[in-house]
Amino acid sequence: MTTPRIYKTEAIVLRQRKLGEAGKIVTLYTPNYGKLDAVAKGVRRPKSRLGGHLEVLTHTAVVVAQGRNLDTVTQAQTVESFGGLRADLHRLSRALYAAELVDRFSPEGAESYHVFQLLLATLRRLVSAKNVDTVLRYLEMQLLGLAGFQPQLARCVNCERALAAAPSHFSPDAGGVLCPSCGPEGAGSRTLSLNALKVMRLLQSGSFAEVSRVRVASALAQEIEMHLRAYLIHVLERDVRSAAFIDRLRREDFWQPAGVSS
Amino acid sequence: MDVTPSAAAPVVRLIEEFHKLPGVGPKSAQRLTYYLLRAPQDEAKALAQAILEVKEKITFCSICQNVTDRDPCLICANEERDAALVCVVEEPLDILALERTGSYNGLYHVLHGVISPMDGVGPEHLKVEELLARLKDGSVQEVILATNPNLEGEATAMYLGRLLRPLGVRVTRLARGLPSGADLEYADDLTLTRALEGRQEMG
Repeated sequence: MTTPRIYKTEAIVLRQRKLGEAGKIVTLYTPNYGKLDAVAKGVRRPKSRLGGHLEVLTHTAVVVAQGRNLDTVTQAQTVESFGGLRADLHRLSRALYAAELVDRFSPEGAESYHVFQLLLATLRRLVSAKNVDTVLRYLEMQLLGLAGFQPQLARCVNCERALAAAPSHFSPDAGGVLCPSCGPEGAGSRTLSLNALKVMRLLQSGSFAEVSRVRVASALAQEIEMHLRAYLIHVLERDVRSAAFIDRLRREDFWQPAGVSS
Repeated sequence: MDVTPSAAAPVVRLIEEFHKLPGVGPKSAQRLTYYLLRAPQDEAKALAQAILEVKEKITFCSICQNVTDRDPCLICANEERDAALVCVVEEPLDILALERTGSYNGLYHVLHGVISPMDGVGPEHLKVEELLARLKDGSVQEVILATNPNLEGEATAMYLGRLLRPLGVRVTRLARGLPSGADLEYADDLTLTRALEGRQEMG
């Protein structure tokens, strides 16, 4: 798509890094132009008119001017600031994970409408969801699907027979489930319980409303998280860094934290 | 890097050293080098010595973790300052900004960074243990969290607040509102909300 010299777009701010004296480079996720880096001048000064509207995890409307190298944000107005995320460390840590995941999955300029809507919905859900981790699992599975890495959960990836109602194996390498007679194969594959398989199928093809109606015990939630994380690391060929902070918060919480039900 | 190969070796070396500094491009590096070439001997020596001294004499204060040439640093050693008050900042430069106001008379604690999960920076990379150690003897009554009012600063403040509150110390956060000289119409929602919440009686 040819982009006009000055263009308006909605965006969600995924990341920022400092630039020069008082500027920042913001990584924006837009519905039509995909992921893009843009310079925001002077936003680290207290009187900046842009700064507050370009915070990480803000849904914002921006005017961007094309530059020779990087584009420059000339105007910004918050659409939705997700204040509820910023007031709760658990919700915030999940939202940062969501942003990092979308960032990692998106090459610059790639088609993005559905990913944008998914991220926006995810942030809204994280503001109020009773179980914030379910929101992340849904995001992971949907994002994998949109990016073309949907894991095969309907039939065995090796013998291609439909899966029986029995524990099987999940193999990140093979990109899906191995039936009991084909697996376990390869170092990365781990036992997959029948319940985990069922929930993962629902995450893949259900709506979020359907997913959130299912009560998942914490051991089962852990199992699903482990499989999905292993698969994400395999697909992305790197760790998702924000996961370490989520893990840390969980370790340090000996009381039942707000926003996370077991 | 692209330097004129005809320049003498020591000149090339200096250009390359300057080029490593943040914000210094090849042209600036050349300019700085040729400026020093023409400058009096003393000026060049003073610069060289200043650089060496910074590296040799400056350490971290064992109490507040600020950069200092003596331990404890001038601020921590100053008995006229209120030792019951500790202001937690991200970087040593933040201390300079707060000191410039002249309206703070407590001590500081420098974290040397901020929690940034996406960059893989967690609490374990900051001077958090050192802060907890300072609070052990109960002489500190209030901790002011003065991290930047952006996402990472807020996350860090929330994390520290959670960690410190059970210790029985008063934990406060710098107020957030409108900067002087600003226009209301350009303020973002969060800042305006905070400014409304923190409104004060006209005195």
